[in-house]
Amino acid sequence: MTVRSTKTIRVDTLARVEGEAALYIKLAGERVADVRLKIYEPPRFFEALLRGRHFSDAPDITARICGICPVAYQMSAAHAIERALGLRIDPAVRRLRRLFCCGEWIESHTLHLYMLHAPDFLGYQDVIAMARDHRNLVERALRLKKIGNRIVTLLGGREIHPISATVGGFYKVPSRQQLRNLEEDVQWALDASIETVRWTAALQFPDFEQDYEFVALRHPDEYPFNEGRLVSNRGLDIDAAEYADHFVEQQVRHSNALHSVVRGRGSYLVGPLARFSLNFDKLPAIAQGLANEVGLRPPVKNPFRSIVVRALELVFACAEALRIIGDYEPPPTPRVAAPNRGGVGQAITEAPRGILYHRYALDEKGLILAAKIVPPTSQNQKRIEDDLREYAGRLVAWPLEEATWKCEQAIRNYDPCISCATHFLKLTLERDDRART
Amino acid sequence: MRIICCGNRERGDDAAGVLVGERLRDLGIEAQTVTRDAFSLIKAWTGAEDVVVVDTVTTNAPAGKVHVWKNAQFIVPRRRTSSTHGFGVAEAIELARAIGCLPARLRLYGIEGKKFGFGNEVSPEVRHGVAEVVRKIAAEVKIPQGLV
Repeated sequence: MTVRSTKTIRVDTLARVEGEAALYIKLAGERVADVRLKIYEPPRFFEALLRGRHFSDAPDITARICGICPVAYQMSAAHAIERALGLRIDPAVRRLRRLFCCGEWIESHTLHLYMLHAPDFLGYQDVIAMARDHRNLVERALRLKKIGNRIVTLLGGREIHPISATVGGFYKVPSRQQLRNLEEDVQWALDASIETVRWTAALQFPDFEQDYEFVALRHPDEYPFNEGRLVSNRGLDIDAAEYADHFVEQQVRHSNALHSVVRGRGSYLVGPLARFSLNFDKLPAIAQGLANEVGLRPPVKNPFRSIVVRALELVFACAEALRIIGDYEPPPTPRVAAPNRGGVGQAITEAPRGILYHRYALDEKGLILAAKIVPPTSQNQKRIEDDLREYAGRLVAWPLEEATWKCEQAIRNYDPCISCATHFLKLTLERDDRART
Repeated sequence: MRIICCGNRERGDDAAGVLVGERLRDLGIEAQTVTRDAFSLIKAWTGAEDVVVVDTVTTNAPAGKVHVWKNAQFIVPRRRTSSTHGFGVAEAIELARAIGCLPARLRLYGIEGKKFGFGNEVSPEVRHGVAEVVRKIAAEVKIPQGLV
């Protein structure tokens, strides 16, 4: 007779993620019987909030969705509305928007890589414990984050929930000297990022690979931020306007965030691993050279190595920022006029955690009739559960506490931003006509 | 002396530090407001030797009570930080201590809060606490009490 044991991995409050979620995994003998990433942070109704507002409000309202990646929200909103209105953006404004994204990536990747993810690899409960033994790492992280923050503050008008970006451009653009003032700091950040790549590449990684469908933007000339077609390693190649034909959001009972899947295929992965795997050839030579030096070649199928890829994207963001600062000529006008006009527009940008889709339908007065926002974490959510289903099965013989930690680390591979993901609740109003008289 | 006031104007009593900052600036006293995470707090005090931090606290004391802690007195109840959203003043102090960048002189004025829901309504007791902290800091920088 065989006795089948049952073990449960339960984490009521996930640590070192943005927002609030819980994890439940049931192991039955050698088998993973159930995996649920429970996002219990309350829904936030942003799409409903936008209805009836003028399109010019959308970048500022959606920036409030996230304190970590407000720039991505502003960019997706502005680009989608500009497409609805048929606006063309000045090339110099476009470059400033890329610089704006560089600042956000530097801030966000530094925060996740050093403060949230690194303690897993070095065996500390949190960054405070890690700092006692690795003071130099934390000092480097604080300075890197501060530099990303300087870029965002200069372009966005303030350090959190920026207010300067708008439909058509910016309310105000910096002078050449203001950008030049950043140069020394960003050069330091580039050097620090190179050190970060070498340091992360030397960490120990579990032997775990998955056959992902990677989904990311791809641009003919650039590592993607705000433009490009949406592609995957399984043949997807679409414009943002076709997004809804290929992706669908599903409600699941255990989460306040919707699960997004590729129609007919299932889960997919967005974020650094997808961008790197689909756009390696678009990285600047310095980042490609470093990737070769540390033996990282696309596709990267081990999600634990995302910490190295994030570091490489830090190098990219710093190098790109320096390039833009060096070539900068202020645009003739900070923004083009955005007249009231009816229309529908969609845009996808690359937030630090992956693609962020916005769609707006406008009436002839420029008021928003409908808004749709699909953040990266809801797109990765099902993929996280799929990873855990595979990974937890390899941990059945481990002591429960260690297995639990490892599963949490597997979630942190994705740098999930749970607050972003919980913006939607499907509300069903049930009416009982029999009660009417 | 660098004065750093923390809080969130949109979450009830969590506004206490921000309100102190506004009142101090009205009196002509320079005071920064930090509404971001703990890392921003460390950034705000970097380079200063004498720092005052003001924030709302919860210690189970009556609402509005003003606590004053000095460098060595910080007893930070270590809890598992549930997310970066929970990484606050206590964690900033611990992190700064770990990497050796605590200001030489640091005082924390904590105003006991009781309601942290959405909106900018602040409890009357907490408003008294705000006034008390403004008086104490104004006295430190030698603003005549009649003007406060």
